[in-house]
Amino acid sequence: MSIFRQLTEKSWATQGVVGEINDRSRGLGPAAKTMLGFFLAVLTSMFFLFVIGYRMRMAMPDWEPIADPGLLWFNTGLLVLSSLFMQRAKLAAQESKISVVRNNLSVAGVLAAGFLIGQYLAWGYLHDAGLYAVNSPAAAFFFLLTALHALHLLGGMFVWAYSTFRSWQKIEVVRIKLSVELCTTYWHYLMLVWIVFFILLLAT
Amino acid sequence: MAYVAIADRDHEQHLHDPQTFITKYVWSQDHKVIAIQYSLTAIFVGVIALILSGMMRLQLAFPDSFSFIAPQDYYQFVTMHGMIMVIYLLTALFLGGFGNFLIPLMCGSRDMVFPFMNMLSYWVYLLSVIILLASFFVPGGPTGAGWTLYPPQAITAGTPGTTWGILLMLVSLGVFIIAFTMGGLNYVTTVLQARCTGMTLMRMPLSVWGIFIATILGLLAFPALLVSAIMMTLDSLIGTSFFMPAMLEAGEQSEHTGGSPILFQHLFWFFGHPEVYIVALPAFGLVSDILACHARKNIFGYRQMVWAIVAIGGLSFIVWAHHMYVSGMNPYFGFFFATTTLIIAVPTAIKVYNWVLTLYQGDIHLRVPMLFCIGFIFTFVHGGLTGLFLGNVVVDLPLSDTYFVVGHFHMVMGVSPVLVVFAAIYHWYPKITGRMYNETLGKWHFWLTFLGTYSIYLPMHYLGILGVPRRYYSYGPTEFIPESAQSMNVSITYSAILVALVQILFFINMFWSLRNGPKSGGNPWGATSLEWQTTDTPAKHGNWGPKLPVVYRWAYDYSVPGEAQDYIPQNEPPKGDAQGFDPGHPHEGPHHA
Repeated sequence: MSIFRQLTEKSWATQGVVGEINDRSRGLGPAAKTMLGFFLAVLTSMFFLFVIGYRMRMAMPDWEPIADPGLLWFNTGLLVLSSLFMQRAKLAAQESKISVVRNNLSVAGVLAAGFLIGQYLAWGYLHDAGLYAVNSPAAAFFFLLTALHALHLLGGMFVWAYSTFRSWQKIEVVRIKLSVELCTTYWHYLMLVWIVFFILLLAT
Repeated sequence: MAYVAIADRDHEQHLHDPQTFITKYVWSQDHKVIAIQYSLTAIFVGVIALILSGMMRLQLAFPDSFSFIAPQDYYQFVTMHGMIMVIYLLTALFLGGFGNFLIPLMCGSRDMVFPFMNMLSYWVYLLSVIILLASFFVPGGPTGAGWTLYPPQAITAGTPGTTWGILLMLVSLGVFIIAFTMGGLNYVTTVLQARCTGMTLMRMPLSVWGIFIATILGLLAFPALLVSAIMMTLDSLIGTSFFMPAMLEAGEQSEHTGGSPILFQHLFWFFGHPEVYIVALPAFGLVSDILACHARKNIFGYRQMVWAIVAIGGLSFIVWAHHMYVSGMNPYFGFFFATTTLIIAVPTAIKVYNWVLTLYQGDIHLRVPMLFCIGFIFTFVHGGLTGLFLGNVVVDLPLSDTYFVVGHFHMVMGVSPVLVVFAAIYHWYPKITGRMYNETLGKWHFWLTFLGTYSIYLPMHYLGILGVPRRYYSYGPTEFIPESAQSMNVSITYSAILVALVQILFFINMFWSLRNGPKSGGNPWGATSLEWQTTDTPAKHGNWGPKLPVVYRWAYDYSVPGEAQDYIPQNEPPKGDAQGFDPGHPHEGPHHA
């Protein structure tokens, strides 16, 4: 039933069992997926407000743009690849191919770890250029945005570690299918967030 | 095997059954126990905030009489009182307390969808409360920046608690937001996915609607507070300049460059205004259900009520800058925010009309919960109408820093939700404890609280129009404030102390009735919604015995013409369908949510 139909139901006029019986027929899938959807909405609200804060702070007279390290392009490539391998793992999980799931998950994780190390090295570039959080508002935002993004990726790595660890044990794929799917959605989401941040950092 | 959410499982043995005292009452994953834990903690900090307000009133009525209330103490009391009441009491009580208790019971599910995360939510909330209260015991005491924590003053020398107090406040807020997010994700997912068979969205009681939409508001608005808390913590700890402008601090150039304090205000109020509705929407929902039940009449305009809740929720995100008129803004912005502020009055007024029309020609029983609800309609209309004054830029500017605003927001956001809290506690007390409270004591509690709070806040509007400024520690000889204003201050203080003491009646009633109240039975009010139809009272773990309920009708079948009984429970099959509906047995499966 469409949401419009649901919200215009004249519930005082009908009796008896109407509506749906379980999750599947409500078309929502497992509860964890719904929850992840809301969680991503929470994160979107937070990241969006940081972007707004960034734009408003830019308007102050002491703002000076900084040169972003070229390493960021390389890091972005790593994250996109990582997301791609996660997607492959998800597809393999849906086809119940455990060894393919295992290989893709492992590669995706290594690439994501590479991204995190790359971001840390990018911090070093700024530091060497004499740009600190205290003397440059643009650098302060650079550190803040990259750190928050990295922390969220690091959080995702726990779920990744669980799925990967299980995938190396001899289990049926169905037991990790949901966590691989959730992990993949989260990965894609963080990749998109990073691309928005990256464009913002490059453009300003 | 197909996955079945825990809330949908059909047999009790597949739940996280508590085995020991610890898992039953301390590390409990049962939503009803978590609800009580949340409520008791929230009420505990609420009492602390009440005592702080009493100290403030003593100072205002009798300035320079109390050696233990220095100016910095006064500002610390103001700050902690505001923050505790708004966030740690009201938000936690409505969503963590009533949300936890009512959502699974009213939706006909066994528990929240993620019980472990629900338990974690409470313990993280408790941690945030402990961090907050710890600030009373650190060097310099708690922050005295006012509950809005505006920079630069919040972290600049001269304000109380700029060393430890403000940091503990910001950390505590961050921890609270994590706790709320864990709880909130549970509430929305449970409402969307764990309703029993037949419970369509439009058959949900309005309490669930109010809590559901308020939770979504919280999930989207609290990040703004988190963002500002993170940036202010960095400004304070490592000396960044997100919010802190270049300025002289104690006569010397500060190390900060050119941050934007206005940016903080925007972020804070982008959270702060939805926060008003995070508290108000659950209150709206609870009031609707209690009114309908004790007036033995279906709620007037159920669909309008749902749509109004959704509309208010949406509009609440585009009115925030009406808190910032005095900070200065582009006149077109002021015009925009004044307009949206007036527009939000429309769905709110619809709700008030519908409550009154629900009472019209009802079979009204003036029991204690009903008295509190009717009291709420008075205080809410009062606070709402003064809000129309303050929503207009030209009227707000002269009134903004006066007691008119204190009177307004305490009427609309202090007294009104608290009356609903009492109404709801009295209304659901029999379901929570299985006992009935003392009616006479409850009525005394209502009348003294209702009339007492009116005699506190009504005169404040008058003081505000006189021009008496708020936030002042003491006034000294001030030409434009007549002496009679001070007499009024004394009278307000007497009322405040009376109202505070009257709450002892409430606590005595609750604790005494726990053991000595008469047994209430499962459905003492003859209510229709599912929580009153449980097999046991208080409801046992898993709520429903071996089989989940099935819902056949909406939640407001009161005084249906031609029926012998003046209410029909939601799970009663329609006539001619005496067998009822057998939902079958959902498959059991491993719980890997």
